[in-house]
Amino acid sequence: MQKKTIAVTVENQPGVLARVSGLFAGRGFNIESLAVGETEDETMSRMTIVASGDELVLEQIIKQLNKLIDVIKVVDLHDEPFIARELALVKVNTEGRSKEEIMNVVNIYRAKVLDVAPDAFVVEVTGTDEKIKSFIGIMGEYGIKEMSRTGTIAMTRTKKTQETNRKEK
Amino acid sequence: MNGARILFECLKKEGVDTIFGYPGGQALPMFDELYKMSDEIKIVLVRHEQGAAHMADGYARSTGRVGVCLATSGPGATNLVTGIATAYMDSIPMIAITGQVPTSLIGNDAFQEADITGITRPVTKHNYIVKDIKDLAQTVKNAFHIATTGRPGPVLIDMPKDVQVNETDFKYPDVPNLRGYKPNYEGHKLQLKKAAELIEKSERPILYAGGGVILSDSSKEIVELAEKLNVPVTTTLMALGCIAPDHPLNLGMLGMHGTRYANYAVQESDLIIAAGARFDDRVTGNVAEFAPHAKIIHIDIDPSSISKIVKVDVPIVGCTKTVLKALTSMVKKQEHKEWIGQVNEWKRDYPLTYIDSDTELKPQYIMEKLSELTKGEAIIATEVGQHQMWAAQFCRISKPRNWLTSGGLGTMGYGFPASIGAQAAYPDKLVICIAGDGSIQMNIQELATAVKYNYPVKVMIMNNGYLGMVRQWQELFWGKRYASSNIEASVDFVKIADAYGARGMLIEKKADVEKAMKEAFAYNGPVLMDFRVAREENVWPMVPTGASLSKMIEGGLA
Repeated sequence: MQKKTIAVTVENQPGVLARVSGLFAGRGFNIESLAVGETEDETMSRMTIVASGDELVLEQIIKQLNKLIDVIKVVDLHDEPFIARELALVKVNTEGRSKEEIMNVVNIYRAKVLDVAPDAFVVEVTGTDEKIKSFIGIMGEYGIKEMSRTGTIAMTRTKKTQETNRKEK
Repeated sequence: MNGARILFECLKKEGVDTIFGYPGGQALPMFDELYKMSDEIKIVLVRHEQGAAHMADGYARSTGRVGVCLATSGPGATNLVTGIATAYMDSIPMIAITGQVPTSLIGNDAFQEADITGITRPVTKHNYIVKDIKDLAQTVKNAFHIATTGRPGPVLIDMPKDVQVNETDFKYPDVPNLRGYKPNYEGHKLQLKKAAELIEKSERPILYAGGGVILSDSSKEIVELAEKLNVPVTTTLMALGCIAPDHPLNLGMLGMHGTRYANYAVQESDLIIAAGARFDDRVTGNVAEFAPHAKIIHIDIDPSSISKIVKVDVPIVGCTKTVLKALTSMVKKQEHKEWIGQVNEWKRDYPLTYIDSDTELKPQYIMEKLSELTKGEAIIATEVGQHQMWAAQFCRISKPRNWLTSGGLGTMGYGFPASIGAQAAYPDKLVICIAGDGSIQMNIQELATAVKYNYPVKVMIMNNGYLGMVRQWQELFWGKRYASSNIEASVDFVKIADAYGARGMLIEKKADVEKAMKEAFAYNGPVLMDFRVAREENVWPMVPTGASLSKMIEGGLA
């Protein structure tokens, strides 16, 4: 089982999300996360889909997405170096715990406290899937009251950075 | 001009002359316009919307043009769904138009409201709901472009009632505006070169032709490549007719009820050249044991068909016609003497046959007689089941587009309306529907349509009083427990025909078959022929589900 991050540019029209999610449901493809938003061109939206499956399934996913009429472009981000980020809001229990200790962890993860109540913090954390998971793991020890994650969004690095990176290597 | 009129003006521009439909409240403005345009577009009034969808499909398969069906909102639209799904599975170009409640009521659970674009999303190539009359003409342009290009398929256009009655200026756009849709027709040069190299090296190649060959009208190209390379051709159920039945290189159908020699040839081949085929489970048998020695070249216009079931060595995305032509010009003439010798030996040793009887009427005999009398020239539509397989095995289909059958979805109730659709396109051709006593009852109401417009289709019912294919499986794999498959003496078909104003015939004896057929074919009107056939005849040979193609079983003949 592999994971793949795919960027899908679609027509910004009603029903497109249903076509994409329906495709995954109907063909039994696994979807790990899906994030949608507008792009620099308001007639288009961009979906970042993290899907999992074996090589044949992942190939099918890309082909089937390409087949949808409302899909303008499908990019397998793994073809080039790319950046992937996710944002999570975590309401963590502070009752009977050292707020300072929690703040230390929050700072280590470069997270932000957005809201403070006598018994809880709401923390915003961004980063890769692994970073978020690791942060949630630690917060879990204090007790997570509520959590909301965006799913991954991603894009390829600019050509220039790619070149610099290669040179550095 | 109102929306309904604009819609039909667009259809006229696309060359549509016939629509199969059924009216209803939210489709009234459209039917009213059709009433006014009756000398430009013919509306064939059906008796059930499913019939309309299958007729549009039969019209499309037999002509290669787009079939159009029209229904009202809600139940009218949902009744189309099986017909749309049937067309989708077999990649048939179709436009389905549905009435819809006015845009102001959408989402209110209004009377006869159904979210038909939601319902048909997985069974259409694409679908539209037109919410603004200004988008209508462009939408129709796009819909026809999508339905007919690339891998063809059905497209549904949902027409809210206010869009049908609102007015705007009409101008039909010249081009579709679909930035996300650009099917690739030319095969990639490098891939073509690789394929040609594989072909040169191969000793035991076989051509495996699928429905895409018929859809892209590349029958000629298949035969040319086969003859240049001197390699055998096996066809799927969908590709029957792409090569003449008596062509020495034709191995007939492969797969579950294919010929032994086609299946043996596939299993022993060292190269499969698949064209417009999709390695369906009824074709491959056990995938892990499918053609163990073969490399595979796969030509298909739909990239997602390639490497979906079996891993392919040389994928070529492109139109079958273009790619086959290019390949033929790239390869050298070959002989494959040894291989053809082996294939011919199999043909001789394991012919497709059956045990005839003087006391019982054998369906295979009827198929042979039919081919003899029609010289394989008739358009043949089938329903789904045993009779469909016997027809595929024993009817001689000598031309592409003369064979209409629901291969992918396997829809009982398809054949009879499909034959009416074909007859509507070709009023002077002999159109035959081969049916079972189960299938025919699924859309038998369309007898009224056939009678009303005098579409003289000949329906040949292989009446064995069973849902025969279900019974065969129960006999072989379910301990002969014939659960819900015995439908003996459920209906008197001659009386049914009579009641509808068609001609009914009962044929019980072998000696009467030829005479009855001649009489039916000469009769100017629809005929329902009730052949009382051997009740427990099976379709042989057979690859049991999950078995390899080389392990065919052959009950009564072994």
